[in-house]
Amino acid sequence: MAKLLAVTIVIIAILSAIPIITHKWPGDISVGLPQDISTHGALIDEQFSDTMLEAGIAFLASQLLLAFFIWKYSNPKPDAKVKRFPGGATGLVLAGFMLVGTEVLALGVFGAKAWGAQYFTPPAPDAVQVQVQAQQFAFYFRYPGPDGKFGPIHPNLINEAEANFFGLDTTNDQDSKDDIVTAEIAVPVNREVHLLMHSRDLGHSFYVPELRVHQDFVPGLDLSLHFTATKIGKYEIACTQLCGLGHYAMTAYLEVMSESDYENWLKQQAALQ
Amino acid sequence: MHDMSTHAAHHGAPTSFIRKHIFSLDHKVIGKQYYGLALLAAVIGMVLSWLMRLHLGFANFAIPGLHLLSKTGAPSDVMTPEYYLQLMTMHGTIMVFFVLTTAPFAAFGNYFLPIQAGAEDMPFPHFNMMSFWVTFVGFCVLVASFFVGDGPSLAGWTQYAPLSAVGSIAGPGEGMGEVLWASSIAIFCIGQLLGSLNFITTTLDMRCKGMSLMRLPLTSWAWFITSLMGLTAFAVLMPACILLILDHVAGTSFFVASNLVINGQLLPHSGGSTLLWQHLFWFFGHPEVYIAIVPAMGIVSHILITNMRRPLLSHRVLIYCMASIAVLSYMVYGHHMFVSGMNPYSSLAFSFPTLIITIPATIIVLIWIGSIYGSKLRINAASLFALGFVSMFISGGISGFFLAQPSIDIMLHATYFVVGHFHLVMAVAAMFGIFAGTYFWFPKMFGRMMNDTLGKLHFWLSFVGAYCIFMPFHYLGIAGNVRRYQAFTDPYLVPLIPVHKFITVAALLTGAAQAIFVYNLVYSRFWGPKASDNPWQGTSLEWSTASPPPHNNFGDTMPVVYHDPYQYSVEGASADFIMQTSPENVHSGKEEQ
Repeated sequence: MAKLLAVTIVIIAILSAIPIITHKWPGDISVGLPQDISTHGALIDEQFSDTMLEAGIAFLASQLLLAFFIWKYSNPKPDAKVKRFPGGATGLVLAGFMLVGTEVLALGVFGAKAWGAQYFTPPAPDAVQVQVQAQQFAFYFRYPGPDGKFGPIHPNLINEAEANFFGLDTTNDQDSKDDIVTAEIAVPVNREVHLLMHSRDLGHSFYVPELRVHQDFVPGLDLSLHFTATKIGKYEIACTQLCGLGHYAMTAYLEVMSESDYENWLKQQAALQ
Repeated sequence: MHDMSTHAAHHGAPTSFIRKHIFSLDHKVIGKQYYGLALLAAVIGMVLSWLMRLHLGFANFAIPGLHLLSKTGAPSDVMTPEYYLQLMTMHGTIMVFFVLTTAPFAAFGNYFLPIQAGAEDMPFPHFNMMSFWVTFVGFCVLVASFFVGDGPSLAGWTQYAPLSAVGSIAGPGEGMGEVLWASSIAIFCIGQLLGSLNFITTTLDMRCKGMSLMRLPLTSWAWFITSLMGLTAFAVLMPACILLILDHVAGTSFFVASNLVINGQLLPHSGGSTLLWQHLFWFFGHPEVYIAIVPAMGIVSHILITNMRRPLLSHRVLIYCMASIAVLSYMVYGHHMFVSGMNPYSSLAFSFPTLIITIPATIIVLIWIGSIYGSKLRINAASLFALGFVSMFISGGISGFFLAQPSIDIMLHATYFVVGHFHLVMAVAAMFGIFAGTYFWFPKMFGRMMNDTLGKLHFWLSFVGAYCIFMPFHYLGIAGNVRRYQAFTDPYLVPLIPVHKFITVAALLTGAAQAIFVYNLVYSRFWGPKASDNPWQGTSLEWSTASPPPHNNFGDTMPVVYHDPYQYSVEGASADFIMQTSPENVHSGKEEQ
């Protein structure tokens, strides 16, 4: 039975690795990382691949070694004597420190670079600014309009029935008059976008796997995110922070457009306000 | 070392049924009570997971009779979105608190720590009894939330504020259900604090003559280290839950920020911090992972050693590694919050300790595998589950490399990758530790043997089944499948539904296989063959007393310990094992140190 266990562990280890290597689940279902459409995503993907390679080797090596020892040392002859692993515990402790220590140091240092590209670099001053508001169970977006300024938010003026999702006072606040509020977000391709994020009610999240961005909305905090999309297309924004019964349906779309299409879209949205 | 065992915990054998079986002061009865509670909770938690998986794998699947559980949650036997989240919340809460904490730590620890230390009982038997009954009350309060108003909380076992703090305006279950959740966990924390105090004092003050700290078995060390973690972790979660309750019932704003508008209503709260809850919760939450897994590490080490007929390559290194993990567990909790909005520099500060904690974990695995080398490995249900644990711990632990890095967490946070990771490393591995411990110690606890053939069958179905369920979760997560969705309607998720169907079928079959274990447990309890005092030829003190042990554990003579805990295959000894109580004079080899 020990040999069966050893074989089972080997089969499980190999079968587990196949979808990781091929990015496919039976039935031609893609289970790899979604395509990257951002300028900073390459660093994240490289970090992911490096980690997968190192973790994959560690996974297969340790499972296969476990299986081999189970196979070889189970059900011994009655007169068999126990033998000591060459190098004993000292060797294994040193191996643990050296191998894993080196690995985690490398992953930590290089991973910090990928993280820093997203979070330690400020957005360019001329980045397209879009305010994003999350609420149960929708996202709303606001563009500052021709004046380049967002009008102030008045929570007491929020009124769904009148489509005043942000609580704007377009009568008295000069900066609010030209603000453009939309239910979808459009951004120009190859131009940096700076999202200014806040929640109206609960915790939510802004996750676009293709853009390699993921940021929670935290009630009471104004957070920001910046990215440059490199491929024209329509991508889904998912909420990943449990926010109530409609959490699963809290989605919106991010459309990456050519510069001219983006300008036209913005004009159309302004006309609808 | 103190020899207090003869007087500090002395209490006479009970005579009435109530004092013997219900409000017992005997640590062994309390251990069995904890085990029974964990078993009940595990059955409920598993049935909840079945319901969830059926709903996820087969959308709008009508589960016959589900409306009997909740008319509003499952009209026509089809789950509503909110009811899915409520069942999910209850599944996670019941499993983490009332199974993974109670069984390996409170149940086995209560039963065997005093015996392995050579004590008559724990030093505070009344606290010990209270510990169980307080925990039981906590469990009842949690289960009661199924039957109030709009049902139990839907905020997930992590209970992120402000969803958990603003009341029913945020959705079903967030009123009374939520208050009951927070009350239940606060009560649970009190029970575990009482238990931890007893574990710590038993280890430090109740050891018998000759039982130095280093002569304690690895199980006792694991329970001791876990109790230290429990004392600090539950002491933080309990006040956090009280603050959460106050936000509900006293109009406070600990976790609710100003100017929130929910359902068109401007909330009166002001000045609270959403992230404060996350900091408090995860300061408990990450050590909790180790509260579940460290006792299982001890149990697996103990069982592997007995069945390999040799000590591990190093007793001390195992202890130092478990202790390192316990210390580091408080420095890593922020990796749950990389994208939460906390300072991005903090993410790096939490990332490095998270990566570093893999070093002691890896050394433990290497010591286990290296110790199998050259051993005389016996295969039985207990050792199979122990070996299965090692495999699961490797698989689940390695995915931690990904989640420890904030840059990769951007892709994987809140996806099924996380679900796969923590289920393998914390839930399944800990469950394998519980199963291994049950097959191993059942003869001592009940004086009867379990059926080993059924145990092996149970292992094979559970081992293959668990991999079929939890490995595909990782692939889903890499593909961006967000967790905590009650349906996969988004265009990018629809193609992944066949994977969910596969997982659902695997979960149903693996869950059904657990009936073999329950049958074996119940049958063997009453009709299993009588067990000898030392059926596995073990060396530690639990095997030097009767099966089951008498009221004061050792009868008329308290034990005296002469050896390190694991004297197996010692050169020149009269047998291949030397019990700790044996005065046989042997040379203790270097590898036992």
